[in-house]
Amino acid sequence: MRHLLSTRTLGRDEAILLLDVAEDMADVATREVKKLPTLRGKTVVNLFFEDSTRTRISFEAAAKRLSADVINFSAKGSSVSKGESLKDTAQTLAAIGADGVVIRHPASGAPQVLADSGWIDAGIINAGDGTHEHPTQALLDAFTIRRRLHGTASRGKDLAGVRVTIVGDVLHSRVARSNVWLLSTLGAEVSLIAPPTLVPADTSAWPARVGFDLDEAVDEGPDVMMMLRIQAERMQDSFFPNSREYARTWGLDDTRFARLRPGTMVMHPGPMNRGLEISSAAADSAQSTVLEQVTNGVSVRMAALYLLLSGDREES
Amino acid sequence: MASERYLIRGAAPCGGETADLLLADGRIADIGPGLSAAGATVIDADGLIALPGLVDLHTHLREPGYEQSETVLTGSRAAAAGGFTAVFAMANTSPVQDTAGVVEQVLALGERAGYATVQPIGAVTVGLAGTHLAELGAMAASRARVRVFSDDGNCVADPLLMRRALEYVKAFDGVVAQHAQEPRLTVGAQMNEGALSAELGLAGWPAVAEESIIARDVLLAEHVGSRLHVCHVSTAGSVDVIRWAKARGINVTAEVTPHHLLLTEDLIAGYDARYKVNPPLRSAEDVQALRAGLADGTIDIIATDHAPHPVEAKECEWPAAANGMVGLESALSVAHAAVVETGLLDWADIARVLSATPARIGRISGQGEGLSQGAPAELTLYDPSVRRVFDRSDLAGLGTNSPYLSMTLPGRVEATFHHGYATVLHGAVQDAAAIEQAAREAIHG
Repeated sequence: MRHLLSTRTLGRDEAILLLDVAEDMADVATREVKKLPTLRGKTVVNLFFEDSTRTRISFEAAAKRLSADVINFSAKGSSVSKGESLKDTAQTLAAIGADGVVIRHPASGAPQVLADSGWIDAGIINAGDGTHEHPTQALLDAFTIRRRLHGTASRGKDLAGVRVTIVGDVLHSRVARSNVWLLSTLGAEVSLIAPPTLVPADTSAWPARVGFDLDEAVDEGPDVMMMLRIQAERMQDSFFPNSREYARTWGLDDTRFARLRPGTMVMHPGPMNRGLEISSAAADSAQSTVLEQVTNGVSVRMAALYLLLSGDREES
Repeated sequence: MASERYLIRGAAPCGGETADLLLADGRIADIGPGLSAAGATVIDADGLIALPGLVDLHTHLREPGYEQSETVLTGSRAAAAGGFTAVFAMANTSPVQDTAGVVEQVLALGERAGYATVQPIGAVTVGLAGTHLAELGAMAASRARVRVFSDDGNCVADPLLMRRALEYVKAFDGVVAQHAQEPRLTVGAQMNEGALSAELGLAGWPAVAEESIIARDVLLAEHVGSRLHVCHVSTAGSVDVIRWAKARGINVTAEVTPHHLLLTEDLIAGYDARYKVNPPLRSAEDVQALRAGLADGTIDIIATDHAPHPVEAKECEWPAAANGMVGLESALSVAHAAVVETGLLDWADIARVLSATPARIGRISGQGEGLSQGAPAELTLYDPSVRRVFDRSDLAGLGTNSPYLSMTLPGRVEATFHHGYATVLHGAVQDAAAIEQAAREAIHG
């Protein structure tokens, strides 16, 4: 792999390879010495134009477990906040000798621009770009679902027939987009449930069903119920009247949670708004995968870094 | 040099029967077969089409204020390279063209450069801010004789202010050229709203934001009995609204850009900011509707919306990039590809939509009068037979933000004549000092 920019363009075999390598990486985490020498001498830059401590430390842990040197470059308080262009930042990182760049950026497409620009030769991993994609989040979600379903026999398997319902602010969610593409590539049936204001105007090209009724979705008994974080400020722009109405209509509250099949996984990419899109009972239940998702995030990111940066870099 | 006579031998005026054209004293002195070449520089125009000098109702020349993007000199040089002999300079300069002083300055810069007639457009509102009417009367009465008023870049969104502007310009036969974009429906908008914007995660610019303003404005124009021009129409729905308005007898004209006639939003998939423009590139269905609207007369003219930007404004992440494309140098070739090669328009139609009608809408004299004996010697010679890869050497202005670079386009402008002197000859833009001298002689005799 040359870059990991989106799941839209990720093929089934490539996705399963990533998940299988992540299984190997997860095994490393169970050892006493949680470290591989694979990326010794390689430099990975975490280039974060948006604050995200959770994603940044996950990538940092992943790179360090592979023995890479890690440089954290936060745009806040740096030359970037004084107007330095993406081009100059990229050329600076190239001059430093970065082998891999993990980029989080508020602009949709910024990782793609970086990969296509010729400003830097490093492998690029998209760690979330605007409202476009967050491919490693979707990979860790798929990994988590597969592990819950198949345990140690997960390797080589896809998600054929698994019914996943994603609930919340689909319009602004890069997590939802990456999951729609990846989970359907892996054979899952994806449904999206949201207020009509928070679904893109045209989702005809998406391999997903769109609905507005969470109760109906709950009663369909999905295998996975994935709740998205809702930003309270969306109500300022009249996407919904207020947080009470949102929680009542589109939140996984205790009643709805109780109606789910016992086997239904409850997922959330974090950080959670308890009491808004998800109740504490649901978040802390045995069905919740929230902490597994965090753990698996490191394994999946190790796999991505490994496949991008180990050995001779292939030409794109 | 202004007194230089040219005999253009064997051109096809507007693609018709071949004829010779004799240019003398800034006029087309004679037109017909087998004219005498005595005392004239002969230009072999075998296989070339002669078109009246093109008139662009929508050009951003950026001067004063943004000379790193373009100047009146470089922009009008780009115009000449594209076969244009007149350009209407949009008002979003700095300072804004909202007073007689600024429009006269732009006029003078154009006269001095000499590559084309530069006709300033006046702002509708002070500073393009959309709150107070600019001094429309003073600009109309100035030496620049402004007749077209536009806040282009911004929509005159306030319906009452739009009504007042439409009413006020009736006093001097002016026209309000509206940039139709409902601002509340396009907050942060990045590209056409549809399936692709949903996938790319770019905020959508919905067609309804354009169509609703056009619908409102044609009804306002009808109510106050004034003249409305709609800039850069980009959607199938807009074509329908304008078609309805014209059928109702409303005095509305409309323009479409070359890029909206040829390019579609699919190009945006790689986030290459060269394709970022406002209004945005739309769907293939919209492109077909725009072509059909131009062919049936619903859309009156092609106008370039030539919008030069420095390299750094495009070499960046998509949302940070500036809107706009340069278009003067490529306009005729793009129109050729989009509507001539597809059989929708012939060359006489091209002369109408790129010369006669824009000159008439803009109430400019000495332009758009066609190729007839005694008409001003404003014309261009175009070779329709060649196909070439459009590249940087085809751009004659400062801006290199062309979406057509490395695309194969038909045709090439071989020569352009303005006030009877050649601004482009043998495909080459003529030297600035010589043009400045020729322009001085043309004006002062």
